[in-house]
Amino acid sequence: MSADPLVKIRDLNFAYDSRAVLSGINMTIPRGKVVAIMGLSGCGKTTTLRLIGGQLRPTSGEVCVAGKAVHELDDEGLYLMRRRMGMLFQFGALFTDMSVYDNVAFQMREHTDLPDELIHDLVLMKLHAVGLRGARSLMPSELSGGMARRVALARAIALDPMLIMYDEPFAGLDPISLSIVGELIRELNDALGISSIVVTHDVQESLKIVDYIYFMAAGKVVAEGTAEDIRQSTEPFVHQFVWGEPDGPLNFHYPARDYAQEMREQPARPKGWWS
Amino acid sequence: MVVVMPANFLRQLGHWTTDRLWRLGFASRFLLMTLLYSGTALRRFNLTMREIYFTGVLSLIIILVSGLFVGMVLGLQGYDTLQRYGSSEALGVLVALSLVRELGPVVAALLFASRAGSAITAEIGLMKATEQLSAMEMMAVNPIARVVAPRFWAGVISMPLLAALFSAMGVLGGYLVGVQLIGVDEGSFWSQMQSAVDFRQDVMNGVIKSFVFGALVSWIAVFEGYDAEPTAEGVSGATTRTVVTSSLAILAADFVLTAFMFRGV
Repeated sequence: MSADPLVKIRDLNFAYDSRAVLSGINMTIPRGKVVAIMGLSGCGKTTTLRLIGGQLRPTSGEVCVAGKAVHELDDEGLYLMRRRMGMLFQFGALFTDMSVYDNVAFQMREHTDLPDELIHDLVLMKLHAVGLRGARSLMPSELSGGMARRVALARAIALDPMLIMYDEPFAGLDPISLSIVGELIRELNDALGISSIVVTHDVQESLKIVDYIYFMAAGKVVAEGTAEDIRQSTEPFVHQFVWGEPDGPLNFHYPARDYAQEMREQPARPKGWWS
Repeated sequence: MVVVMPANFLRQLGHWTTDRLWRLGFASRFLLMTLLYSGTALRRFNLTMREIYFTGVLSLIIILVSGLFVGMVLGLQGYDTLQRYGSSEALGVLVALSLVRELGPVVAALLFASRAGSAITAEIGLMKATEQLSAMEMMAVNPIARVVAPRFWAGVISMPLLAALFSAMGVLGGYLVGVQLIGVDEGSFWSQMQSAVDFRQDVMNGVIKSFVFGALVSWIAVFEGYDAEPTAEGVSGATTRTVVTSSLAILAADFVLTAFMFRGV
């Protein structure tokens, strides 16, 4: 069973209307591993996650999770599968009208008939795992960015999923919260025996914790390998990204017409009546 | 240029019309989905109760105070007109009929749209903008069943109650001004009101109206919230649209309903 990968993506194409976002993606997420998908903002990383979660349907190709093609499931099948997936959104996406405790208890109350005492114990265990048992009665607005991310993580593992997807878990965190979240991702993955997909552009933090990396640019996988492979990569784009160099195959300037010529021209008439 | 202008205008008009029609169809489908997924909201009624508190109970102050003032103004204006014809004892009838037939349902619904409808739209829109609805979907919980339907039903249930309270406060306001301040005979104020207001024809029709308005406002509010662009600008635009569209819908529906209910009177 363990030889069979949890998530298999084959020849995946996806387009919003006529704008192609992903073309010919192939990925394999083995069980028990932490896999990162890296790349610039807007290169299709989050779209890939949404395709795995079944929130979008592929234009062609397929995504298989635990042996089932996600886009072939009906609503009920999809919902059943999502119960075994956890997702951590970029800014946590905690329910702002519920306390930390109720946020973590949400799925247990929605999907199970567990008695309140048992839910209480389970919620405290999940919160303890992310170190926030003491914050259970706080509201999301009272949490710092790092704490919110950890509560969202506790909520994502509420029903002991087989797969957790992280959408930019490191965005906007201070260095301490960042390494806490990074370590949690690794520890939870190993302790709970689950698989994780981390979408990120934080190179240094994720290279520390992940087993395998897919590198995306403009909707394609341009490189893949272990952390060491990526660090050693001679692929110009990967090199520029990993070492954070301002210039390389990726230009600093947004595409524009000739600079000198544009300076000589009259400015265009302002559009609004107010200017 | 001269030929192009009208062609362009026609094209824009056509585009605008199909756009509106498409949106109306989308909204209708959304309403159907809401009704279809109402099981949770009705089975776990505490979810709906919570929303009734936020939309209904918290709207009480504005509804009660406005009702009182509208009734007081009716008392003053009504007395001024009626006494010219020497029938100032009919003040009770005038106040009560205006309120239960028209002003109660209509003004309460307009206030409800701006007090509660806008809040529902802003809340759902912001939940969408902060990915809370997506998160819910990823947790295998249908946001239409869990977020939209309870808010919709809360509005449908609250509205007739609010309209009834509005009318009751209005009658009280009319009494205070007419009887206590101006000195219309108390006995005829109440007895004429009692004999002239028909329960089925007047009160029930008013209740039906407020029910329809409640459904309209709630439908528009949840739809605009769910359909809002997930940005600050999008949510503010959706909130404005809720208030404007519901107000127009209330007034238009009121005309249609009145035409059906009171054509023989």
